[in-house]
Amino acid sequence: MSLHQFLLEPITCHAWNRDRTQIAISPNNHEVHIYQKSGNQWVKSHELKEHNGHITGIDWAPKSDRIVTCGADRNAYVWSLKDGVWKPTLVILRINRAATFVKWSPLENKFAVGSGARLISVCYFESDNDWWVSKHIKKPIRSTVLSLDWHPNNVLLAAGSCDFKCRVFSAYIKEVEEKPGPTVWGSKMPFGEVLFESGPSGVSGGAGDGAGGGWVHGVCFSHSGNRLAWTSHDSTVAIAEGGKTSTISSLSSETLPLLCVSFITENSLVAAGHDCYPVLFVYDGTKGSVTFGGKLDVPKQTSQRGISARERFQNLDRRATSSETTEQGLESLHKNSIRWGCICVFLGS
Amino acid sequence: MSKNTVSNRFRTVDVDEYDENKFVDEEDGGENQLGPDEAEVDSLIRQGNLMEALQAVLKNPPINTKNQNVKDCAEGLVLKVLSAFKSSDVDKGVQSLDKNGVDLLMKYIYKGFETPSDNSSAVLLQWHEKALSAGGLGCIVRVLTARKTV
Repeated sequence: MSLHQFLLEPITCHAWNRDRTQIAISPNNHEVHIYQKSGNQWVKSHELKEHNGHITGIDWAPKSDRIVTCGADRNAYVWSLKDGVWKPTLVILRINRAATFVKWSPLENKFAVGSGARLISVCYFESDNDWWVSKHIKKPIRSTVLSLDWHPNNVLLAAGSCDFKCRVFSAYIKEVEEKPGPTVWGSKMPFGEVLFESGPSGVSGGAGDGAGGGWVHGVCFSHSGNRLAWTSHDSTVAIAEGGKTSTISSLSSETLPLLCVSFITENSLVAAGHDCYPVLFVYDGTKGSVTFGGKLDVPKQTSQRGISARERFQNLDRRATSSETTEQGLESLHKNSIRWGCICVFLGS
Repeated sequence: MSKNTVSNRFRTVDVDEYDENKFVDEEDGGENQLGPDEAEVDSLIRQGNLMEALQAVLKNPPINTKNQNVKDCAEGLVLKVLSAFKSSDVDKGVQSLDKNGVDLLMKYIYKGFETPSDNSSAVLLQWHEKALSAGGLGCIVRVLTARKTV
């Protein structure tokens, strides 16, 4: 694990390229900066300036090497590298609120943009007109879409939104792909069809009385696409298995709400959020239970040093306790909330 | 001086009701929730069986009902049970609850904070400390984010 400090501003979103040698980040403004790894250092190689509003999402397509960015200016741009310069192409999303999240599909022929306009814009390239076209998924989303994830079959799309629900939609675009085969989530998949929705008290055996839960911050399909995990603002992590709508396992965690989640194997997930460290969860399919696996950011034990009288009084003044507190600052590597996690698993030989 | 001779009734129309984008919470049938059984809890307190009283008072929480009386009744009853515990037993009481129980207890504690009476806040703070160490911050977050609460 290595730590690199890029700038003083918060990094609102980031995306890695295919082999993790470059990273595109947005330092909480209208631009995207691309850094190239050279040795142990990261060197800024490009600045992408086209957006008029804060950039809310970046995704880098590993195979076709294109970057899609979406912003608070209700636009999305697809960037392609030509002669060492990144050239933008505007995508008309037809939304009247800010875009919140963007993700390339696995085959990279489409991408989905979530927005505050209570809809998802699925965009594909129409080669006749040499233009990106968008189609909307509106019903039954009733509030801002916070996060998206594609199923490996390139058709199903999971969306977490502020109306306390996590849903699986079909984003089948007949112009660019063949009809998909049936999956555990369903077999009929016309565009915009809802194949799964986490119910009002969508947690079986969990906090069943807390009907409604919280905003769904992060969603993730497992590698096979048969499992879907989401994290919600009421500090829960839930996993649903496709086809078995009644079994939704959830864990009400003891941490602050988690904002992003990612499967690393079919049975384990990593999530991170307002508590500033990543956390591991383990899912047991047979028992249908999610358990806490441990923190992934174990701080080194700092040596205990004696505390001077002056510090005692200062502590008393500031914190109403005179003990040597171990929580002077956050003990984790991240000092503020982790909004956007990107997990990659290296398979070494 | 000009006097308004046209009707003012339009000013009393609630335009938010006609907004088609208005978010309406889903209704959950809550008419049957009557709150914990008062007689049972009272008898358990009189017998001195406080652990059982705690379990009993946390049954049937009036979460979905719109009847404010039922909710106030339930809150009063819970407060009675919590005050009857000795300070040293509070910890054991919390340990006897499962995860959902701790979440529910935390909801009642915060509800109790809203209307403080003579000694209630001190008692509730003790329970809050123990419930926090059992449930963690997630427990409090669930109280804050619950759409329907006791």
